Amino acid sequence: MTDASVLDVEGLRVTYATRAGEVLVLPGLDFQLRAGEALGLVGESGCGKSTVALSIMRYLGRNGRIAGGRILFEGRDLVTLDDAALRAIRGRRIAMVYQDPMASLNPVMTVGRQLMEVPMIHEGADAAAARARALAMLGEVKLADAEAVMERYPHQLSGGQQQRIVIAMALIAGPALLIMDEPTTGLDVTVEAAVLDLVRELRQRHRSAILFISHNLGSVVRVCDRVGVMYRGELVEDGSVRQIFGNPRHPYTRGLLDCLPTLGRDKRDSPLVPIAGQVEPAHVRRAGCGFAGRCAHVEAGRCTVRPIPASVVDGEPGHRVACLRAEELEHWTRRRGAAAAAHDAAPAAEPVITVHHLTKVYEPRRRRRRFGAPRPSVRALADVDLAASRRHTLAIVGESGCGKSTLAKVLSGIEVATQGGVTLDGVEVGALPIDARTAVLKRKLQMVFQSPDSTLNPSHTVGYAIGRALRLLQGRAPDDLAGAIAKLLEVVRLPPGIAARKPRHLSGGEKQRVAIARALAGDPDVIVADEPVSALDVSVQAAVVNLLTEIQAARGATLIFISHDLAVVRYLADHVAVMYLGTVAEAGPVERIFAPPYHPYTEALLSAVPVPDPEHDVARILLEGPVPSANEMPRGCPFATRCPRRVGAICDDTPPPVQRPAAGHRIACHIPADELQRLQAPLVEPAPAGR
Amino acid sequence: MARFLTKHLLFLLLTLLVVSLLVFTLNEFTPGAVARKILGAYATQEQVDHLTKQMGLDRPVLVRYVDYVRAAATGDLGYSTRFKLPVKDVLFKHLANTALLAAIAFACIVPLSMLLGITAGMREASRLDRAILMFSTVVASIPEFALGVFLASVFVVWLGWLPGTATLMAGGGWSVASQFVLPVAVIVLFDAGYVVSMIRASMVEVMQRPYIRTAVLKGMPFRRVIVRHALRNAMLTPITVIMLQINYLVAGVVVVETVFAYPGFGRMMLEATLFKDIALIEAGALVAVFLAVLTNILGDLAYIVLDPRIRV
Amino acid sequence: MSTPVTTVEALPVSPPVATRVRGRALWQRRLRALGASRPAAIGLSIILAWVVLAVLAPLVAPYRPNANDLAALAHTTPSKAHWLGTDHLGRDLLSRILWGARPVLVIAPLAVLGAAALGSLLGLAAGYYGRWIGIVITRACDIVLSFPVIILYMIILAHFGSSAWNIIGVLTLTKAPIIARIVRGMTLDLREREYVTAAKMRGESSLYIMLVEILPNARGPLVVDMCLRTGYNVIIIGALGFLGIGLPPPDPDWGGMVKDTYGMMMVWPHMALVPCAAISSLVVGFNLLAVGLRELGLRD
Repeated sequence: MTDASVLDVEGLRVTYATRAGEVLVLPGLDFQLRAGEALGLVGESGCGKSTVALSIMRYLGRNGRIAGGRILFEGRDLVTLDDAALRAIRGRRIAMVYQDPMASLNPVMTVGRQLMEVPMIHEGADAAAARARALAMLGEVKLADAEAVMERYPHQLSGGQQQRIVIAMALIAGPALLIMDEPTTGLDVTVEAAVLDLVRELRQRHRSAILFISHNLGSVVRVCDRVGVMYRGELVEDGSVRQIFGNPRHPYTRGLLDCLPTLGRDKRDSPLVPIAGQVEPAHVRRAGCGFAGRCAHVEAGRCTVRPIPASVVDGEPGHRVACLRAEELEHWTRRRGAAAAAHDAAPAAEPVITVHHLTKVYEPRRRRRRFGAPRPSVRALADVDLAASRRHTLAIVGESGCGKSTLAKVLSGIEVATQGGVTLDGVEVGALPIDARTAVLKRKLQMVFQSPDSTLNPSHTVGYAIGRALRLLQGRAPDDLAGAIAKLLEVVRLPPGIAARKPRHLSGGEKQRVAIARALAGDPDVIVADEPVSALDVSVQAAVVNLLTEIQAARGATLIFISHDLAVVRYLADHVAVMYLGTVAEAGPVERIFAPPYHPYTEALLSAVPVPDPEHDVARILLEGPVPSANEMPRGCPFATRCPRRVGAICDDTPPPVQRPAAGHRIACHIPADELQRLQAPLVEPAPAGR
Repeated sequence: MARFLTKHLLFLLLTLLVVSLLVFTLNEFTPGAVARKILGAYATQEQVDHLTKQMGLDRPVLVRYVDYVRAAATGDLGYSTRFKLPVKDVLFKHLANTALLAAIAFACIVPLSMLLGITAGMREASRLDRAILMFSTVVASIPEFALGVFLASVFVVWLGWLPGTATLMAGGGWSVASQFVLPVAVIVLFDAGYVVSMIRASMVEVMQRPYIRTAVLKGMPFRRVIVRHALRNAMLTPITVIMLQINYLVAGVVVVETVFAYPGFGRMMLEATLFKDIALIEAGALVAVFLAVLTNILGDLAYIVLDPRIRV
Repeated sequence: MSTPVTTVEALPVSPPVATRVRGRALWQRRLRALGASRPAAIGLSIILAWVVLAVLAPLVAPYRPNANDLAALAHTTPSKAHWLGTDHLGRDLLSRILWGARPVLVIAPLAVLGAAALGSLLGLAAGYYGRWIGIVITRACDIVLSFPVIILYMIILAHFGSSAWNIIGVLTLTKAPIIARIVRGMTLDLREREYVTAAKMRGESSLYIMLVEILPNARGPLVVDMCLRTGYNVIIIGALGFLGIGLPPPDPDWGGMVKDTYGMMMVWPHMALVPCAAISSLVVGFNLLAVGLRELGLRD
């Protein structure tokens, strides 16, 4: 690590012009990046990490402006470079990979041409040479059948393939610096794992320095050597991955780690600790530490006087922290979960909602596409059996397209079952669309949705939204609402004054809490929550997860929690069902699911989860090939086409038997459970001894 | 592709039938008016009734409609009471004149509005963008007759450079070519104003897309980003609108034709309606609808050609 | 079973909205917001100026609109007695322009309101129900839309005669499909929102969902479009007058004034120019307001 620095950012100040005036987004940022080094920038949304990337690229848009400082790249100051010189650097010496690969590729141009453009612009390569380069690069990012891929349009590729194209496009000119801005956000966890491994591998070969920007601490651990933690435009702490995740010194870094559900944490013995308060708007800048307003260790008169300089932590060269009290804080310990099966679930209470042999088939709206071949009917759910007991949390987990959202829709009556059914408190509702359900049934089951921006009607006030639910679900009179609304808001820890506000004046977490209050209006027996925290920042997510858990316990409601996030599921679920292609691959008490024997798909999922702990090192099981499309559903085991533990033709031809290795635990696999147990290593770390 | 075409052609046929029936029935609201129009105000009621009977106008609507469709299918569109000629002859003569005007105007509108729309939209809120936006908004706001009056008062009355009418007959020392200048100018200004704002809006949206950022950050010169990455995407939405302009240019320019006394389709329709020349109205309406649906199909086809995400 | 530990004390709350201006009526705040866009401000000023002039026409117009000043016929160009001159019948142009603003400013917005009401209902139903109701409505709208507007007017007005109510009716019927198409497009999008699902889950009726949950969120584009449509209606009313199938004479009508006098342009160009300028300015006003509203809508 003696190389000269590739990138040297000194006192970078960036402002954005808004209607409220100029807002200082980066008040003065310093950091270095050496050749071949990978630096991760982490922080919650709005902390300015993407602004750093766009400043280096000098692409801040019309509102953004670099107000001061220098960005030295290979000795030249990018801030003062003219357009022509900038063009020569962009794409050639500094390249970028973006968050949404589909949107980053031109939809009306073949990906081959988009790749070929780079050598053609920068090296004056002719088409044949550029094509050869593009083909070679596609091989490097491990896209099979490169010739054919060259001729495809972006929409004809999967998300993982698109991101590989973008990475190929960035690396084709051999840049000295590669900037990756949330490159795996929005990808499924198994795809994410494959992309991260690819980046790790390409790093070895290309010797490009990498600036890796992510909100996901786990993915940073996988790729980077060093990490910088940003808060409100300032680098509050940076150091090696081991230093930051092993011995975080800044209260904000600690806060982030404490509020993050990881595979080992459980609501019972390792509760999430949300960070107090919320991020202040960017135009408010106080003297002293930017985190002081939310910090538990703040010392008035000391932390809030002058800007906090970054200082090197004693005995840890390269570990800088911008906190005056860093040396005074006690040593931080990672919060870990209990050992598996430490507490077996209470004896199963009677189920309040059961799903039996549920099948949902979507007939195409028209038999044929607007142009071309007939559309197949889509089997979104196939013979699903589940049950959720009173007061318990049943988590349904799986990747996109596994049928978990369809299941939520059938439960709530937005869709009806094609076959089989759903019994809610003894009443068969699987075939009842929501309009046909009685008021009592509607009251019994309510939903919490995924997107904070779409869950509340922007035209209505919070009070109206909750009041309307109270009127319809509780039959309250219009003049008898105010008190009830305030009470519900109190349950979700919001002040009553918020009732008069419209959603655009609320933060994402607040909107989600209002949505929970609305769902509680009828005092439901079952709450179906479809990815309720996946759009929230980790600290907000922690608060909402805790709120849900608490409300559920206090009200004795059953929570059906649908999620793609195994860590959150591990944290709050009592029972878990892992879904794949519309079927339940594995189901059982949470401790059983997260310990061997695993269904091979569960095993692959668990191994793919990025964990923000450098000590957590499990061998990843990479899934090959695409998820089968709806019209080529496998006859045998749905997972057979991608299963790393496939035993033979039996997997392709015969549906797997359901095995019951323990009470309430079932695995749909041809491999005997004992055999699985023998083959598999635990993927979730056991609790440290002597806890 | 074959499916796409048959489906749309069927819809075209259906629309033609529905509209012709509507127009046919509409004419029923003024019984006897046709004969009255032909015979003039001083004819007696007996004479009017007699002619009505003679022309077969006293039979039920549906019967006459079926007769009409049968005759139309063989190419007989009836007789124009206004021009005292077979409808076919009148119709196609005027239609040809209008087609010529429309073709010239269309050939100006498309490149002009693409140039202005793309230029304005590629740098939103720049001074050039504001100027083009204001210009196109204002021009599109001036009714065609007012534009005609404004242009004529400058180039005809004040400067005397151009003729004030376009009768397509050389006379008064003005060539036929010079007669086209003002009508085309009016149509182009009025219509391009609208098309420019469509293209601009689409371009502004495209320029905010991440793939434009990708292209810029590849180190591509701005001009090349526009031509190679923005242009085709920016034309996706407006292409349908552009094709629909053909419809307007043929059937909607009655005002311009009236201003400049241009012997075109629109003015023919105006005269036909004022004289209750039912056969001509009916035939003209059918032509107009035919064009409308046809341009719709053309628009869809152009979209398919531009967007690889839709494949036939 | 250990009880779940509750750590909910740290629930942050957004600071109260600072942008709220107290003690001002809603319309005052709206008006202030409009001022943020120059096109909107200019457009609104033009429209308001015409509205004021039209309302005050009986007070401010120097002459009766149909009064012939035969003495002025010798000298029709602008003068002290007739600021904008007179027409070929010796009628004061200024007075006729002011009175002529009244029918336009009533008919054009009324027709747009009618079209918006009808079009919104059709569009909501087509978008919300989908299936055959949607297909029937969409196809019917397509047919009306495919018909060249001006020819349709000619046919209908030639048969039913021309009156203000007929023009309003025709404009309403021909503009409604355009509004319907816009509302349908927005409804198709909005009905998939989670708050619509939430409304269904608490048992709201379809009518409530369409009118209370969906329509208010379509109002932005709808208002912009209504503004544009009003401008186009002014153009069409003018064109109808110009073609001689608009409002019946002798009451002043801007389009009709051009029709009567543009034949005399070689001699008296001002007679046609004045009403042309009037109508153009009004349409410019509506279109600028639409541009401004769209700008403001995008900014939020």
